[in-house]
Amino acid sequence: MDSKDQLHILQSAPGCIPFHERVEHSLNKPLSADKIEILQINIGRRCNLTCRHCHVEAGPSRTEMMSRETLSVCLELARMPCISTVDITGGSPEMNHHLKWFIGEVGKLGKRLIVRSNLVILLEAEYSGFIDIFAENRVEIVTSLPDYHEDRTDRQRGAGVFTRIIQAMRLLNKKGYGQEGSGLVIDIVHNPAGAYLPGAQNSLGVEYKQNLLNIQEVLFNTLFCITNVPVGRYLEYLMKSGNFADYMADLCGAYNPLAAENVMCKKTISVGWDGTLYDCDFNQMLNLPVNHGAPADITDFDLQKLVDRKIVTGNHCYGCTAGAGSSCQGSTVN
Amino acid sequence: MSTYYESKDLADFPDITEFAKEQGDDFFRYYNSATTAGKLTEREKTLIALAVATTQKCPYCIDVYTNKCLSMAITNDEMMEAVHTGAAMAAGVVLAHSLQMRKIIKKKEM
Repeated sequence: MDSKDQLHILQSAPGCIPFHERVEHSLNKPLSADKIEILQINIGRRCNLTCRHCHVEAGPSRTEMMSRETLSVCLELARMPCISTVDITGGSPEMNHHLKWFIGEVGKLGKRLIVRSNLVILLEAEYSGFIDIFAENRVEIVTSLPDYHEDRTDRQRGAGVFTRIIQAMRLLNKKGYGQEGSGLVIDIVHNPAGAYLPGAQNSLGVEYKQNLLNIQEVLFNTLFCITNVPVGRYLEYLMKSGNFADYMADLCGAYNPLAAENVMCKKTISVGWDGTLYDCDFNQMLNLPVNHGAPADITDFDLQKLVDRKIVTGNHCYGCTAGAGSSCQGSTVN
Repeated sequence: MSTYYESKDLADFPDITEFAKEQGDDFFRYYNSATTAGKLTEREKTLIALAVATTQKCPYCIDVYTNKCLSMAITNDEMMEAVHTGAAMAAGVVLAHSLQMRKIIKKKEM
């Protein structure tokens, strides 16, 4: 489904007040950025997996990949004092041939560096060296494990994925990841394996820790609960399974003004594989670049114009404002 | 009224306070206190609520607590076990009441 079709479906969600109206009513102003402290870079859409919930619609046949030139501009942006966190995502970021170089360069800046890895790829001979590269550069690894039960994870991410993630986690634990005092951080993302909202992050975190330690003997640092945003393959799943209207009703019904105050786009700039600037990774996939007078290409980056830009929104944004809120760092409301 | 139960009516639940507000507010205070973590975890209480929802045959409650179980990463097997516990209790309650029947039979028969 192309981005125009997706936007049309989202706009016509039955009984859903348009998000921009809802947010303006509750915040008494349009949603705008406060600052830019997270530089999130989607360095390519190729992936070794084809997950059913993937908003990027990533997979082995995708060819979009960030060039060394664009990554060099990203590196210059990462040097800006206002940037505290560089957050690398994909696809599978490891499949971009420039990742090793880029991690080495960003690693020298002494900033928080996150790579969102599916971990399965680290078991492949060609990519296993990234375990050392991540550890040497103190990369924080964030990985998606939709459930601590094998069947639910495999239903969403593919047969055998749960077992391979656990295998990779054991290798990372041996390297020090997740071990107390090591400073090497591995966080897990829980995202529901179906058409329902995630539970409370704190209580699910306890369940994940107990089950993964007692049954799988693996360690991790923090659980992030992320609501599935109705974009890409997840939207397609909702449509095909007849869950779209109910899911949108759940998201809209659970709208939380506090979560709207804390949305991640207020402090993030998201860079697409071709250097286009977006408010978030979901807007990337809906082909909604930054707007309202802010420059939309990385070569025209203008901090002053971007820092308090008006955010481009749509009904998919209800995914980040439902219940306890949702961001790439999990819930946004305690 | 075309049908008695409609899923969209679930959204009306907070409006229980529309009339007799004081009692409605009291109910919600009690409801929230009874269904959130105390000595029992929220997970345990959610499974109890699911069992009650099914034995009481409340479609709204079944919808709410099945979704809540899914959200809490409770497995399908765990949910079904809770339903079986409720079903066994319901069956036990019926069979225990056969005592009244058996007492009458024994009194009346020659």
